[in-house]
Amino acid sequence: MAKRNEPAGIPAPLGVASAAGAARLWPNFYDIAIFVLIAGVFAAVAHGARGMVAPAAWLASDPVTLDPANLPDYALRTTLRMFAAIAASLLFTFVVATLAAKSRRAELVILPALDILQSVPVLGFLTFTVVFFVGLFPQSQLGAECAAIFAIFTSQAWNMAFSFYQSLRTVPPDLDEASRHFRLSPWLRFWRLEVPFAAPGLIWNTMMSMSGGWFFVVASEAITVGDTTIKLPGIGSWLALAIAERNVPAVLMAVATMGAVILAYDQLLFRPIVAWADKFRFEQTAAQQRPRSWVYNLWRRGRLTQRLTMLASSLYARLYAVVPRRAPTPQSVAPVSAGRAADMVWLAVVLVLVGWALWRITLFVDQTLSFHDVAEAIGLGFLTLLRVAVLIALASLVWVPIGVWIGLRPAIATRVQPVAQFLAAFPANVLFPIAVVAIVSWKLDPDIWLSPLMVLGTQWYILFNVIAGASAFPTDMREVATLFRLRSWQWWRKVIIPGILPYYVTGALTASGGSWNASIVAEVASWGDTRLEAAGLGAYIAQATEAGDFPRVVLGIAVMSIMVVACNRLIWRPLYRLAEKRFRLN
Amino acid sequence: MDTNLNARSLSPTSSPLVVVDGVRQRYPKGSGESLLVLDGISLKLGTNEIVSLLGRSGCGKSSLLRIIAGLLPASEGKVSIAGRPVAGPANDVAMVFQTFALFPWLTVQENVEIGLEAQGIAPAERHRRALAAIDLIGLDGYESAYPKELSGGMRQRVGLARALVVHPKLLLMDEPFSALDVLTAETLRTDLLDLWGEGRMPISSILLVTHNIEEAVLMSDRILVFSSNPGRLVAEIPVTLPQPRNRLDPTFRQLVDDIYALMTARPAGKTSGAFAGSGISMLLPHLSPNLLAGFLEAVAGEPYRGRADLPALAGTLQMEIDDLFPIAETLQLLRLAELAEGDIRLTEAGRRFVDLDSDDRKRLFAQHLLAYVPLAGHIKRVLDERGAHRAPASRFRDELEDHMSEQFADQTLQAVTSWGRYAEAFAYDEATGVFSLDNPV
Repeated sequence: MAKRNEPAGIPAPLGVASAAGAARLWPNFYDIAIFVLIAGVFAAVAHGARGMVAPAAWLASDPVTLDPANLPDYALRTTLRMFAAIAASLLFTFVVATLAAKSRRAELVILPALDILQSVPVLGFLTFTVVFFVGLFPQSQLGAECAAIFAIFTSQAWNMAFSFYQSLRTVPPDLDEASRHFRLSPWLRFWRLEVPFAAPGLIWNTMMSMSGGWFFVVASEAITVGDTTIKLPGIGSWLALAIAERNVPAVLMAVATMGAVILAYDQLLFRPIVAWADKFRFEQTAAQQRPRSWVYNLWRRGRLTQRLTMLASSLYARLYAVVPRRAPTPQSVAPVSAGRAADMVWLAVVLVLVGWALWRITLFVDQTLSFHDVAEAIGLGFLTLLRVAVLIALASLVWVPIGVWIGLRPAIATRVQPVAQFLAAFPANVLFPIAVVAIVSWKLDPDIWLSPLMVLGTQWYILFNVIAGASAFPTDMREVATLFRLRSWQWWRKVIIPGILPYYVTGALTASGGSWNASIVAEVASWGDTRLEAAGLGAYIAQATEAGDFPRVVLGIAVMSIMVVACNRLIWRPLYRLAEKRFRLN
Repeated sequence: MDTNLNARSLSPTSSPLVVVDGVRQRYPKGSGESLLVLDGISLKLGTNEIVSLLGRSGCGKSSLLRIIAGLLPASEGKVSIAGRPVAGPANDVAMVFQTFALFPWLTVQENVEIGLEAQGIAPAERHRRALAAIDLIGLDGYESAYPKELSGGMRQRVGLARALVVHPKLLLMDEPFSALDVLTAETLRTDLLDLWGEGRMPISSILLVTHNIEEAVLMSDRILVFSSNPGRLVAEIPVTLPQPRNRLDPTFRQLVDDIYALMTARPAGKTSGAFAGSGISMLLPHLSPNLLAGFLEAVAGEPYRGRADLPALAGTLQMEIDDLFPIAETLQLLRLAELAEGDIRLTEAGRRFVDLDSDDRKRLFAQHLLAYVPLAGHIKRVLDERGAHRAPASRFRDELEDHMSEQFADQTLQAVTSWGRYAEAFAYDEATGVFSLDNPV
């Protein structure tokens, strides 16, 4: 089947796919320990950041203007930030995921950390990181740039690392044996066996991460933390300015530019790479339907580009030739049983760190927060949860039938699928002002009508996963259903819904995770001086950020993380496992 | 002694290439004990000989091959190659894998070069040697192809070239032909024997693991026959027929027959038949009742009329011994057939079974199942004794896991569940994991 084109085939759905994580529901010691650690680090950074006064010198030097001549430059800068973040994410993936796969002790800490971090609302990070990075580079714009890039990085790295880790743990045993047998050094093995084997999954997850990343790059360019307002030259800042000036044409220009950027990224990068990565697929038979890309075909035909390919592959070969071959280790065969004492030391280190984190948190929270604040945050969290649940349900009601209809018609599916993927990559926050104008002019209730913005960008994950599932549904089973003349409701209940369930769950899970994140931007919106707010945890975090109220930001993020993790563990994972066990075809 | 009438007719030299001394291999089991898969294996491999390790799946022959290759440390015992003790993958040894184990993202040429690359050999030299090996093995023209573009036979040739290019003294082959279709496998065997006979391969001995009796007789100078559970060396059979060998030659046939008889002989001192373990903890193969019934019908029908020569039956039914023996032995356990001297003979009950209609077959099967398969009887008794006539499967799985690995326990329980359902002796509900007596009638 055309597995490569479709997201549901390869990617590890966020929050579900961890090899170890998928096996359990209830938090174990390490989950809790890691959670406390992460919260502790937040608290510490926030504490340190509080006193800092961001120097404003660089802010005035190069203000963002709504001059269309600047727009290409802004688009380029936004894109560059994106690529800087993806490079950082890849580096992180290679180091951290490899460490987790090779070291049992590192694995115990890294896996739950990744699991929690990918549930933390990324936009909440921005508060601390902006102040932190600006403090790091007080004389230049670099601090704010780093903060933006870091924000994108935090939206991308975790699922890439998960995917790579999983691939490393599932290297086919015969290839593992062959590479041990022919005595490949660890370095050679990494580049010759492990990276190629992991490539399809990693590339797909990188692409998905990039798609998600556009949202955050737009959100992180223009941000206000307390008294510090940062506007980095880019589409996000352009948009913020356009909103402040109530400039509708400028908003539309931003939408068009973003569309052009995403289209170029899709055609010039995404598709060629997916087509190229097809050769790394670990299937011994050639697929009938291979991913295609006109850019990739051009590339392969061009003489100069062929030279470049050869140059690149010889550079890759140098890469693993640079490290001198290690003398073959004779006793590399047996998994060395780990020393008890070392385990105890490891555990002690983790416990000490957790103790430190707990102390930091209490110190931090104790100063400013009361029990009342916690209750308020939790209450607002449930409001946002309600929104997410209702909206995902509504989006499912709309997109599942449409997706099935499209997926069962291959001619249409091949044309619609790229569009759905494009829409998923399009940063929905660019469209927010348009919705806000509508709400303001028709005087709608923001508590209700701001909510759809949360799923504006994420609903497409449901659509294209359902399309993928319906396309993969076996023809013979459809024919059986037709022969027995199953009535419409029966057909949905007994045939197609079980058939697409694994795909749907993947899509809905991704969509709900994204919606939580989007709530921080979507529950508060403004148009010039008009400010719309919906009651919810997202708005709570957004307000606290603007006010520079770090304790409340930490509290909001912690509550949101717990709720996302709880949703994943209690709803999505069991559902995903059920779908995999019962309804996975072939 | 010297019967190989070809260029390689050198007799094995006095100093052995491989010495395996008292090797035992255990795998940890569920309950802290360990499962013995190889027991007291000692053997020697000279130069200039092809030796087969012949045995059924699960007899540990592949483990032994990996121990010799240095991929797996032996629990006990010593292995040395060319006088040096094995402590990890060595230069002198190269292996051909059952699944080919080619890197799908590397071309044929790059796959062949991988072992040289790991040895740090310069690219030009690597290239030259790889081309020579590809040429030798008959793959010239395919250097830049990817494995997924090749047929199975071609892929295994790449695997062979990859092994030969590192110039090993010893070539290890782990069921190298079993993933190929019959014709492709035969061509590859013949080509390999030709290269060997002409002395064109840079190796001095081949150790071949196989479960195919004819393949062993066709290719080897010596056959080492393994028993299962645990793997023990039960016989060493020199094959002195000249190469090329003819499968239809009566001496060839006789040798095949003898080995069949040897491999189906009941191990001395075991009353429970051929299966590992005894009583309720007997390890059972998961075979469909339909397959068992079909097999009984095949033996009852023409031309066998209730008594069949196993090699002939294997040929007719196109079955490998790994398929054939478990069926025959299960029927023997159920007292529906008997095995002796390489023949299978239906018992009186077995003949009766074939003539019955569907419901009566089930009844007869149920009687034999409950009487002769201890685990089935045990489950039935437990269900009878309980008021609600229900018992969770986990209860029996735990009992089994005291004696065998988790995987084997699952397999055994699946076998008994499937037979019990067919016999309508008890029911099993997959969703709840509960055995019960309420058969939907």
